[in-house]
Amino acid sequence: MAEEHDILNIEDLKVRFETEDGTVYAVNGVNLRLGYHKTLGLVGETGAGKTTTALAMLRLVPDPPGVVECKRLEIDGQDVRGMSITKLEQVRGKDISMIFQDPMTALNPVFTVGQQIAESIEIHEHLGKAEALEKAGDMLEMVGIPRARANEYPHQFSGGMKQRVVIAIALACNPKLLIADEPTTALDVTIQAQVLELMNELKEKYDTSMIMITHDLGIVAEVCDEVAVMYAGRIVEQGSLEEVFGKTMHPYTEGLFNSLPNIKNRTAKLKPIHGLMPDPTKLPEGCPFAPRCNYATEDCRKAVPELHRASGTHMVACSAYERDKNFMIDRRKR
Amino acid sequence: MADNILEVRHLKKYFKTSRGMLHAVDDINFTLERKKTLGLVGESGCGKSTTGRAILRLLEPTSGEIIFEGKDLNKLSKTQMRHMRKDMQIIFQDPFSSLDPKKTVSQIIAEPIKENKIITDKLLREERVLELMETVGLAERYINTYPHELDGGRRQRIGIARALAMEPKLIVCDEPVSALDVSIQAQILNLLKDLQEKLGLTYIFITHDLSVVNHFSDDIAVMYLGQIVEKAPAEELFDNPIHPYTQALLSAIPIPELGHQRQRVALRGEITSPIEPPEECRFAKRCLMCNPEICKASVPVLMEVSPSHFVACPLKQKEMGLLK
Ligand SMILES: Nc1ncnc2c1ncn2[C@@H]1O[C@H](COP(=O)(O)OP(=O)(O)OP(=O)(O)O)[C@@H](O)[C@H]1O
Ligand SMILES: Nc1ncnc2c1ncn2[C@@H]1O[C@H](COP(=O)(O)OP(=O)(O)O)[C@@H](O)[C@H]1O
Ligand SMILES: [Mg+2]
Ligand SMILES: [Mg+2]
Repeated sequence: MAEEHDILNIEDLKVRFETEDGTVYAVNGVNLRLGYHKTLGLVGETGAGKTTTALAMLRLVPDPPGVVECKRLEIDGQDVRGMSITKLEQVRGKDISMIFQDPMTALNPVFTVGQQIAESIEIHEHLGKAEALEKAGDMLEMVGIPRARANEYPHQFSGGMKQRVVIAIALACNPKLLIADEPTTALDVTIQAQVLELMNELKEKYDTSMIMITHDLGIVAEVCDEVAVMYAGRIVEQGSLEEVFGKTMHPYTEGLFNSLPNIKNRTAKLKPIHGLMPDPTKLPEGCPFAPRCNYATEDCRKAVPELHRASGTHMVACSAYERDKNFMIDRRKR
Repeated sequence: MADNILEVRHLKKYFKTSRGMLHAVDDINFTLERKKTLGLVGESGCGKSTTGRAILRLLEPTSGEIIFEGKDLNKLSKTQMRHMRKDMQIIFQDPFSSLDPKKTVSQIIAEPIKENKIITDKLLREERVLELMETVGLAERYINTYPHELDGGRRQRIGIARALAMEPKLIVCDEPVSALDVSIQAQILNLLKDLQEKLGLTYIFITHDLSVVNHFSDDIAVMYLGQIVEKAPAEELFDNPIHPYTQALLSAIPIPELGHQRQRVALRGEITSPIEPPEECRFAKRCLMCNPEICKASVPVLMEVSPSHFVACPLKQKEMGLLK
C-alpha cells in the first residue's frame, strides 16, 4: 500500500554556527526525502555537514551557537519544526532514533547495560520496571549478547559489544527511522562486518527506514539502497545505489572513488583530489568544489549549481551537465 | 642474494599489568629487503605499534634480536645506537598530537638536524628545512606557522619532513593515513610512494586498513594477538589467504562496488586475552575450523608453506603435510 507521505521529508535545511571565529556554514540548503523501508547512505568527508544534518532532523543542534532554518521538516508526516518539547521527546526514540558517532561515550558508565536499555523502553512504551528489564534482555539476545550479561557495566564489554548495546537501545522502541552516524568507524573490520550484518537483519525484521552516515563507500555498497553525497554542506549527487555507483556523475564523487585503493588492482595509482576542503567560514563563491575540480571552468565559480534530475532518481549539482549535454564521467578509465 | 636491511628474530615485548604479564609482542620473526615495504596489519591491540617501536628501540624489547644493516642493535653502545638511530625514523598516526604545539613548522623540522648537530649553521639549516618542505609538498609560506593552524594532511607532511631530515634508510610508518579523509589519504600515500622511489627508503607500514596495505606493501604480515599468523607477498596473500584469521579479515573488507558477491568467513565467540595467554593457538576461540586436539596442543609456529608464504595454522600445516 502506498503511504501518502514519506518517513522523512526535508526541504531547504540550513544550519550555521555563529562562533567567535566567524560563522560556520555547516549545512547550506539540503533537500532529502526518504521512503519507508529504505536505507539512505549519507556520504562525505569530515566537516561535510553529515552529523549536523542528522542532528537537525532531531532538533538537537546546539543553540547557541547553532541557527537552523528549514522550509519543511517532516518525520512520518508530522511537522517537527514547531513541535512542543514533550511531543518532540516522544518522537525521538519512538519514531526516530539515532546511534551516535562514538559508541564509547553513548553509554553511561554507572548503570548496567540492561538498565540502560530498559530505561529507554520504560519511557517510550510505558511499561513497568520488571517488564522493561525483561524486554531489555530480549533486545540483548537479539543483538547477539546473552541476556545473563545484562547486569554488567559498559566497561566490561568490548567495543563491538558496546556498539551492539547502543544499537539495542536505538531499536528497543521499534523506531520507524533509525539514523546511524558512523556506527562502525571505531570498530575493527571483523567486528564491523558483524555489526553491519546485524543492522541489515534487524532493518529487514522491523521494516525500519535508515540513514547510514559514513565516509566509507564500501559500507554504502553493503547496506544502502540510496546514496546522497555531501560536500561543504550541500548534497552534490543523489540517487539509487546503482545510479551513483554505476554511473557516477559528480566530479567530487568520482574523486572519492579514485582516491580509494582498488583491492583488485593493487598497483593502480591513486588519483587523489587535489587541494583541500574549503573553510566553512569562507565558502568560495559559486560551486564549492570548483577550486578542486578538474573539469571546472570560470562559469563554475560564478553560481552555485542546483541539484538537477539527470535521469530516473539520479540527481546531480554540477554545471558541466548544463553546459554540455554529452558531458560524462567514466570511472572505469582509471 | 637478497639485500636484507633488517632482520627481526624472536622479538618479544611483554608489559607488566596488575593481572599478569601482557604479551603484546610474542616471538616475531621476519626479514625485510632494502627498498621494500613490509605491511603489518591486524586489529586494534594486536601489537603492531609495539612491534614498530621495539624495532626502533623506542621501547626496550623484552627479548629477541634486531639486526639492522648486519649489526645487532642490542649489542650497540649508547653512542653507537645514537648514530644508528638516524637511519631509522618513525611517522605517527596522529599528526595532531605527535607535533609540539609550541613550535613552528620550521622549528619542528629542524629539531632533529639541530640536536644531532647535522647542520650547525643556522642559515644552512633553514635552507635544508625549505628543501625538505618542498620534498613533502609543503608550501614555503607555512614555514612560520604552528601545527594547530594547519589541517591534518599538512600536519602529516610535517611529520614526514621531520622523519626525512635525518636521511633515514628505514621508516616505520605507524598508521600514517588513518586519521585522514580519503582524498587526503591518497595524497599522502602517493607522496610516501614517490619518496621511497626517489630516496630508496625501506618502510614498515603499519595499518588496520587492508585495502591500503594491499596497495602499499610488497610483503604483508598479518598479526593476531602479538604473533604473526601469516606472511606473504601482497598479491599472494590476497589471492590465496590460508590462515582462517586472514580469510576472515579479508572477507570482512567492505568493497565499494556494485554487486560484489562476498563469501564471508564468519567468526564466533570471544577474543583471547593477551594477558598470560594459554600455550595454544590464540585464534582458536574465534575460529570455526578449530580442532582442539590439534589447535590447543601447542603454540603454532610460522612455517613456509610455499615459496615466501608463511602460515602459522597447525590445521592447515597438517593438511599440507608439514606437520605430523
Ligand atoms: N605501555 C603499555 N603498558 C601495558 N600494555 C601495553 C602498553 N602498550 C601497549 N600495551 C598493550 O599491548 C598490546 C598491543 O598494543 P599496540 O599498541 O602495539 O597495538 P596495535 O596493534 O598498535 O593497536 P592499534 O591498532 O589500536 O594501534 C595491547 O593489548 C595494549 O593494550
Ligand atoms: N557545535 C558546533 N559549533 C561550531 N561549529 C560546528 C559545531 N558542530 C559542527 N560544526 C561545524 O560544522 C561543520 C559540519 O560539521 P559536521 O556536521 O560535524 O560534519 P561531518 O559529520 O560531515 O563530519 C564543520 O565545519 C564543523 O566544524
Ligand atoms: Mg560526523
Ligand atoms: Mg597502534
